[in-house]
Amino acid sequence: MTPQDGHTIAAAAPSPTSRARLKLIDCDVHHALRSSKDLLPYMASRWHSHLEDFGRRRPVPFTAASPYPKTAPALSRTDSWPPNGGPPGSDLVFLQEQLLDPYNIEYGMLHLLMSGMDERNQDLGNATCSAINDWQHEHWTQKDRRLKAAIVVPGEDPPATVREIERWAGNPDFAQVSLVTHAIEPLGRRRYWPIYEAAAALGLPIGLHSSGNNGHAVTSAGWCSYYVEEQHNVALSQQNLAISLVCEGVFERFPALKAVIVEAGFVWVPSVAWRLDQHWARMRGEVPHLTMKPSEYFRRNIWYTSQPADEPEKPEYLRQSLDWLGWDRLLFATDYPHWDMDSPEQAFKFRMTEAEQRQVFAENARAVYGLA
Amino acid sequence: MNTALPGGIDCDVHPALPGMSALMPYLDPYWQEQVTVRGIDGLDLASFPPQMEANGRRDWRESGAKPGTSLERLQRDALDGFGSRLAICNPLYGVLAIYNEHFAAALARAINDWITAEWLDREPRLRASITVAAQNAELAVDEIERRAGDARYVQVLLLAQDEAPLGNRRYWPIYAAAERHGLSIGVHAGSTFRHATTSNGWPSYHLEDYAAHAQAFQSNLLSLVHEGAFHKFPALKFVLIESGFTWLPAFMWRANKTWRGVRAEVPWVDRPPGDLIRDHVRFTLQPTDSPPTGADMERLLEQIGRDDMLLFSTDYPHWQFDGQNVWPAGFSDALKRRVLLDNPRNAYPRLKEALQ
Repeated sequence: MTPQDGHTIAAAAPSPTSRARLKLIDCDVHHALRSSKDLLPYMASRWHSHLEDFGRRRPVPFTAASPYPKTAPALSRTDSWPPNGGPPGSDLVFLQEQLLDPYNIEYGMLHLLMSGMDERNQDLGNATCSAINDWQHEHWTQKDRRLKAAIVVPGEDPPATVREIERWAGNPDFAQVSLVTHAIEPLGRRRYWPIYEAAAALGLPIGLHSSGNNGHAVTSAGWCSYYVEEQHNVALSQQNLAISLVCEGVFERFPALKAVIVEAGFVWVPSVAWRLDQHWARMRGEVPHLTMKPSEYFRRNIWYTSQPADEPEKPEYLRQSLDWLGWDRLLFATDYPHWDMDSPEQAFKFRMTEAEQRQVFAENARAVYGLA
Repeated sequence: MNTALPGGIDCDVHPALPGMSALMPYLDPYWQEQVTVRGIDGLDLASFPPQMEANGRRDWRESGAKPGTSLERLQRDALDGFGSRLAICNPLYGVLAIYNEHFAAALARAINDWITAEWLDREPRLRASITVAAQNAELAVDEIERRAGDARYVQVLLLAQDEAPLGNRRYWPIYAAAERHGLSIGVHAGSTFRHATTSNGWPSYHLEDYAAHAQAFQSNLLSLVHEGAFHKFPALKFVLIESGFTWLPAFMWRANKTWRGVRAEVPWVDRPPGDLIRDHVRFTLQPTDSPPTGADMERLLEQIGRDDMLLFSTDYPHWQFDGQNVWPAGFSDALKRRVLLDNPRNAYPRLKEALQ
């Protein structure tokens, strides 16, 4: 491999010793319920019988299976099933041994791939979100101070969401507010603004991990056939989500609000911003509430987690993408324990300077989440 | 001025139907009566409202007229204005969005008759896309067969946001007919509104819908790759029209990586998606959605990695650039020459034959 742009390209992985000294902030760690019964202690008794008699109702065709069967059971690495028998991510000690300790992780930002937000029975959705937060607090963040939870909220019910956010206000165990990204309306729409107002007032970023089901086709051209398509299409939908937050004026109304787009890649960001700027110039009369070019909101208000780190045909193209994106925008993430997780040693196939490493692997996240 | 390189093929101009009355001579008596008695008119696609300046550049507009309705203006502004030797007409009337497929097929046939009589027969520099009722592949194939004998029709026109992603097998009879007749498949921006314009639901603003065409094109490319359409129709070229192209490198990297991880699901896809796209897909020039500088564009073109993928277009009468500034910064003269002539000829078998 020949360096083409004056930067040294790593033909092999950087030496583990140099990276091992660096403390990392991992912005996408998946813990999991050992069993759906784990939430019952935090739910009123009416829900115990309700769940037994009726179950959950989400806008998907199957009771338990994913509409697009994943590439591995529980979406996870085969070696991530804990020895005690629970699903991947459900055992704190095993997660510490497999992720937090060996990779020298200073903080791990938890994203539970379950929410009450896309539950069709709204009261059940609200109760589920509250229970998830109680469970996260008791069993995860209180047991390992490296772990920071996201306040899981029933975003389709904004008043209930605001109450849930305020229930955890000031608790340092919760570092952000998590919304399902496939919401019923694009998340920039006004109905969600009370959520942003509450989050901005408390200085909590909005964490937007690709997730959820809203009944809309997974592409604007209808339903695709394969998981290989769907996996990429959920990332495309995050592009539409970023466009929505910017164009609907969320960051104009809440200039201090931070949005973190999780597990959707980042190399797409520059081209989306260029395109928006070009067409905003011709259509700005339609969106007079925007006082800056769309790209400026991207640069001010949105951050992106790294996994799955894109692998261009030439590694140095990734450096070009980061130069276009802005080095302060990228937050390292492993996505442990999922099958496509990135290890810090191998995620980026080009060599970063020490300063760039500190930014991407820790300092950008520390600033966004206000971590000590 | 940067029209220093004339003689190109403009791969996207939009003749517009003034209204249903213009189609009356081309409809059979049944549909003439239906259209009249029921007062059916105004089927312009909501994706392209004619009154928006973006859909009719101010200096290309006649006061009171829908932009694109005048042949004389198209001749003067687009053909003479850019010295093009040929231009491909892409009528965007809302045939593909009609729910009654019989009506859609009748309108498709009428639109093509209208294009033939009032545009192609009056201006030898014009070529056209075949309007079809893709709602029903059988009806669409009938229309393709009807036009195939006229060499001035060079492709079949579809929309990027339709009922199903375009790799879906419901479209394959259309692709088979196109391949058989040396026609390409043109996929133009626009929605039939069978689904929300984003997978997150309906945005508030046209700006968002317009930006979202890029994601729709990407979803369609994934579909064409993974359903195996490029393998099934190896000679067929897909031309993405008014799609933008600066998203292409980032899209291909992600598509390649995802395929490497999940390829067991689609064993017929035996090459990285980016390689298939480079071989089978072409993009019109406008809108360019340019990066900030010419140097950035040069880097991006290097990432695209091929100089045969872009086809010259003005998108007339849509407003994508001012004056004659159709070329984005960062295009060398050698690349411009390829984009103007060589690439369109190679994307359209029927143009290659005509220009030999």
